[in-house]
Amino acid sequence: MALPLQPQIMVSLNAVSKAYQRGNQPVLVLESISFDIIRGEFLALMGPSGSGKSTLLNLIAGIDTVDSGSIVIDGVDIATLKEAELARWRAANVGFIFQFYNLIPVLTAFENVELPLMLTSLTKRERRDHVEAALEVVGLLDRLEHTPSQLSGGQQQRVAIARAIVTDPAILVADEPTGDLDRVSAEEILALMTRLNSEQHKTIIMVTHDPRAAEKAHIIHHLEKGLLTDVPG
Amino acid sequence: MFLVKLLIRNAFRHRLRTLLTILGITVAILAYGLLQTVVTAWYAGVNGSSSTRLISRNAVSLVFSLPLAYQERIRHLEGVTGLTYENWFGGVYITEKNFFPNFAVDAKSYFTIYPEFVLPPEQKRAFLLDRKGCVAGKKLAERFGWKVGDTVSLKGTIYPGTWEFVVRGIYGGADKSTDESQFFFHWDYLNETLKKTIARRADQVGVYVIGLKNPQSAPEIALAVDATFRNSLAETLTETEKAFQLSFVSMTEAIVVAIRIVSFVVIIIIMVVVANTMAMTARERIGEYAIFKALGFTGYHIAGMVFGESLFITLTGGTIGILLTFPVAAKFGEIMGTFFPVFQVERATLTADIVFCGIVGIIAAVFPTWRAVRIKIADGLRRIG
Repeated sequence: MALPLQPQIMVSLNAVSKAYQRGNQPVLVLESISFDIIRGEFLALMGPSGSGKSTLLNLIAGIDTVDSGSIVIDGVDIATLKEAELARWRAANVGFIFQFYNLIPVLTAFENVELPLMLTSLTKRERRDHVEAALEVVGLLDRLEHTPSQLSGGQQQRVAIARAIVTDPAILVADEPTGDLDRVSAEEILALMTRLNSEQHKTIIMVTHDPRAAEKAHIIHHLEKGLLTDVPG
Repeated sequence: MFLVKLLIRNAFRHRLRTLLTILGITVAILAYGLLQTVVTAWYAGVNGSSSTRLISRNAVSLVFSLPLAYQERIRHLEGVTGLTYENWFGGVYITEKNFFPNFAVDAKSYFTIYPEFVLPPEQKRAFLLDRKGCVAGKKLAERFGWKVGDTVSLKGTIYPGTWEFVVRGIYGGADKSTDESQFFFHWDYLNETLKKTIARRADQVGVYVIGLKNPQSAPEIALAVDATFRNSLAETLTETEKAFQLSFVSMTEAIVVAIRIVSFVVIIIIMVVVANTMAMTARERIGEYAIFKALGFTGYHIAGMVFGESLFITLTGGTIGILLTFPVAAKFGEIMGTFFPVFQVERATLTADIVFCGIVGIIAAVFPTWRAVRIKIADGLRRIG
């Protein structure tokens, strides 16, 4: 009889604190945050504006640095990485989905998705295969040559998701991925993210205001004034 | 390749702004090229002068002449390989607007001392045989439509009367720096006429041109010539042809300096324009640079994008400017041929054009790159939306 697989901790936050300087005054944004994220989990971070949820997401994604505490991801304490190492780590391990899609307007859908692959040693042919596979996952194989301005908001977000998954990262971080979309498009994006989580076992960390979006997550953490207020047992 | 494609598309994201910037660079490079060519043309006589020739003139002033009798004494000095002489004639063709340099020269020796004036042998023979014959430069002949056999009349200003000549030859230049706009006729024709009309002005030459075997011996020979005629009624001042030509240019040195300064100011102005364009570009794209950094691109990649775009804009404008310099300079030279007989765009000017484009492109990108590279990803992303 096969033993059930042990849940594996992928992300571990220990007493993470972060403050910003406002004039001469330091403003504490996150205060001693500690929790773990299991590999393959779909986690939502919720909280009012200014609660520190986007800051926390940025810290986990390695685009901002902690003031104190540690963030260990797959055994790597990313707070100890230098800027160039952190850039390489992000390129290999993290896929980004932003509220406003953040596609490069002068590039086509294909080229936008290809962008992260330019940092790899893949050949042109291999890059093409990867890009087409990613765009097929998001259902936009017929929009390869369209620029962002020729796509709807929902389509742009799907291209952004294709860009996020094209390097096959273990973690997807999404900051209000449905915040700029109508309800139908938002449902499509959430369905796509759920599919990526369930079928491709991506660990997804999503910041959202939208309770309907948060419902799709396995776990919801609430933040308020920089403190974690709701840690599930 | 991807980066090149990206920076070209980025460059034309604000098409009007980029096109105006490129136009500005084109005009600046064109202006710089033309102004530098004017300076070069100013020094054309100096640059075209030979190191194996000395010019001996009256020590008091160029307006005073030297006796013809000096020629034999100069010719016999050691190191002198040839000698010729000439008088500035200052004749006017139809109206004063048709100015061109015209000289009475010793026909037998002149073209030997000035091998850069290339005359076909049969035309040279015809010129030597005809006392009233003249030789015109190719550009001059083209300007007035003269052909061999035509009669040309010049109205004398220094030597009164109307002087008639028959075109016996049309010379070309040995190279591009040779002045092809001059007019030569027999000194003997001038002298014989003067003997009949103003006898006291006969047997006088404007300058002697002394041919040397060795350019290194020029200072000693110049001293020897001047020593020979010291304490005479017409003392000589002998100098290299280059120094002689420079004495004319030095009279207008201030103008040349002003032209040079203006040409550099043009480059500085366009540098500010490009820097402004790049600063606006970088400010608008701070969010995008943050996205690139989030995706794993480094500061070097961002710097490559900003510098690449800046260089693309400046080099595009520069290339168009350089390509336009040739036809515009040709037209300018045609219109201003009277003042600038040799108006050639020098390779050094083109090299300077390219170097300036590069420098402008690089300097204009320094500050925007510094900003783009330093931006924190989180701060950059906050600016989007």
